[in-house]
Amino acid sequence: MAINAEEVKHVAGLAKLAFSETELQKFTGQMDEIIKMVQQLSEVDTTDVPVTSHVTDAKNVLRPDTAQPGVDRDLLMKNVPDSQDGYIKVPAIIDESGEA
Amino acid sequence: MDYFKQDLASLHDLLVKKEVSVTDLVKETLTTIKERDQKLAAFLTLNEQAALDQAAKLDQQGIDPANILAGIPLAIKDNIVTKNLRTTAASKILENFQPIYDATVMEKLAAQQAVTIGKTNLDEFAMGGSTENSAFQITKNAWDQTKVPGGSSGGSAAAVAGGEVLAALGSDTGGSIRQPAAFNGIVGVKPTYGRVSRYGLIAFASSLDQIGPFTRNVKDNALLLNAISGLDPHDSTSSNQKVPDFAAGLDGNIKNMKIAVPKEYLGEGIAEPVKAAIKQAISTFEKLGATVDEVSLPHSKYGVPVYYIIASSEASSNLQRFDGIRYGYRAQDVKNLEDVYVKSRSEAFGDEVKRRIMLGTFSLSAGTYDAFFKKAAQVRTLICQDFAKVFADYDLILGPTAPTTAFGIGEDIDDPITMYMNDILTIPVNLAGLPGMSLPAGFADGLPIGLQLIANRFAENTMYRAGYAFEQATDFHKEIPAIGGQN
Repeated sequence: MAINAEEVKHVAGLAKLAFSETELQKFTGQMDEIIKMVQQLSEVDTTDVPVTSHVTDAKNVLRPDTAQPGVDRDLLMKNVPDSQDGYIKVPAIIDESGEA
Repeated sequence: MDYFKQDLASLHDLLVKKEVSVTDLVKETLTTIKERDQKLAAFLTLNEQAALDQAAKLDQQGIDPANILAGIPLAIKDNIVTKNLRTTAASKILENFQPIYDATVMEKLAAQQAVTIGKTNLDEFAMGGSTENSAFQITKNAWDQTKVPGGSSGGSAAAVAGGEVLAALGSDTGGSIRQPAAFNGIVGVKPTYGRVSRYGLIAFASSLDQIGPFTRNVKDNALLLNAISGLDPHDSTSSNQKVPDFAAGLDGNIKNMKIAVPKEYLGEGIAEPVKAAIKQAISTFEKLGATVDEVSLPHSKYGVPVYYIIASSEASSNLQRFDGIRYGYRAQDVKNLEDVYVKSRSEAFGDEVKRRIMLGTFSLSAGTYDAFFKKAAQVRTLICQDFAKVFADYDLILGPTAPTTAFGIGEDIDDPITMYMNDILTIPVNLAGLPGMSLPAGFADGLPIGLQLIANRFAENTMYRAGYAFEQATDFHKEIPAIGGQN
C-alpha cells in the first residue's frame, strides 16, 4: 500500500473535504493506485536537474502603480450566498452547539 | 442554416450581402441546437435573448466586411466566464454563478461582434477526458451517440462536429481541446502557453491551461485564433510576442518542411487503426514534399505521472477559493465556519475533482513534496529538453492525438488510471508550453481518428500551414456525421 485510509483522512482534512466510511474505502483504493502510477517517476535520474514551474519567458511583469476604479460593492455581492447590511454573512466561527 | 455547407468566409459573405440576416441566422442556429441537442446534450445554457438582441442590433448596423466574425454564432466552453451569463464549470458548486465580468477572450470576441449562442458542457472544472464528469449531463459523440465526445471540452467539440455551430472555444490543460477534436473529427488547437490570455478562464492548472478554437477546417481555426490572441495586462503570463496572421501563408506548399515522428508516439498502447492512419498521413506529407524522420522523446512516457502531480497540485491550490463564502454553493445545516468550508466542498465537488484535490494536496504536503511535486517538476524539465532537442533540427512533430478512437459512455469512468492514460500523447505538449493541433486523418468503424501536429513555441503558423496542406490533400474533413442529416 502506498497510502492507507488514515493518511487519506489526514489529507482530506488539509483539503477541507470529508468522506463517509464507504467513500473513504473507495478513495483510498483509487488514491493508492494513482500514487503507485506516479511513483514510476522515482526511476528517473534527476540529479542536478532544475525544476520547471512555469513555461513563460516573462520575468517580473511590472505595471505602474496607479489608482484604478475598483469594482462596485453591490456587484461584488451579487453571488454571495448570504448577506446582511452589505456584509457577507457566515455562521459563528466558534462552535456554540456543544459548549462546556 | 446548414453549417456543413459553410465556412467562416462563405457565411460572412452571406451576412455582408444580407442574403441572410443575423437574426435569422441566430434563430435557425437556436432551432438546430434545440433539435440536435436532444441527442448530443452539448449545451448547458443558451444565451437566447441576448443573442437575439445583439442580432437585431447588428442587422440594423450592417455587417462590417472587415470583421470576419461579425454576427457569427459561437459556442463557449462553460469554464470561460461570461458577464451576466451563467457560468458553471459543469460543477454543482457554481450551478447558479453569474459572472460580473467577461473573460478577455470574450471581450475580444465582442469587439469582433461575434455572437455568443451558448455555453457548452465539460468535465467538471475541465478535469477529465470524456465529459462524463459533468455534474449536469453527459454529452454524446457527434458520430455515435453511444460513445463519449472526449473531454474535457466535449460540449464544444460535439457542437461543432454536429453542425450546431461553425466554431467554438475550449480550453486545453492536458489535451482537452485536441482529444475531443480527434474523437469528433474536427480541428482543435491548443495555442502556445501565453498566446491567449487566461483571464476569466476558471483556473484548473495555471501553468498548463490555455484557451483555443474548435472549427471544422484549418483556416477557420486560424481566423478564430487571430481574434483571441495577444498580450493582456490582466494575465501576466500572456506573451508580448507579436501575433502574426495565422491564416496568412496557407497555400498548401510545405516543400522541404522538416517533420519529426517520435517513435514513442507509434509504439505500445496505440491502437492499430490509429497507427495505420498516422502512417498514411506520413506518406501524404512526404508526397507534399516534406521530409519525415523518426526521432525519440525518451521522457514522454513520464508525461502522465508528471502531469497528474503538477496539474493536481495546481488545482488543489486554485480550487481552495471555493469555500462557500463569497460565491457558489453553500451547505445548509452547518454549525460553524469550518463546517461551511468542509460541507460545501464535500457536497458540491464531484468525485474526479475530489481525487485531484486530494492527489494535489498529498503531493504538496510536508514529507511528500520532494518525492512528488519537486520530482515531477524536474522530470518536466527533461520533457521540455526532449522537445527542444527535436526542434533544433525540425519544424514540426507529428503523431496521433489519442491512442484510440472514442470509447463507450460508461466504459472507463470507474477506472481513473485508464482514463488518465488517454492523454499520454497530448500531455507532454502542455508541460512544455508548445502549440498543438488535432485534425481529421481517418476513420475506424465509423469513428474519427485525429492527427496531432506539434510546433515550437510561438510557431503556430508552421502548424497551420502543415495542417492546411494536409487538409487540402485529403478528404477526411468533408465527411459528415449522420446527425447532420445527409448520410
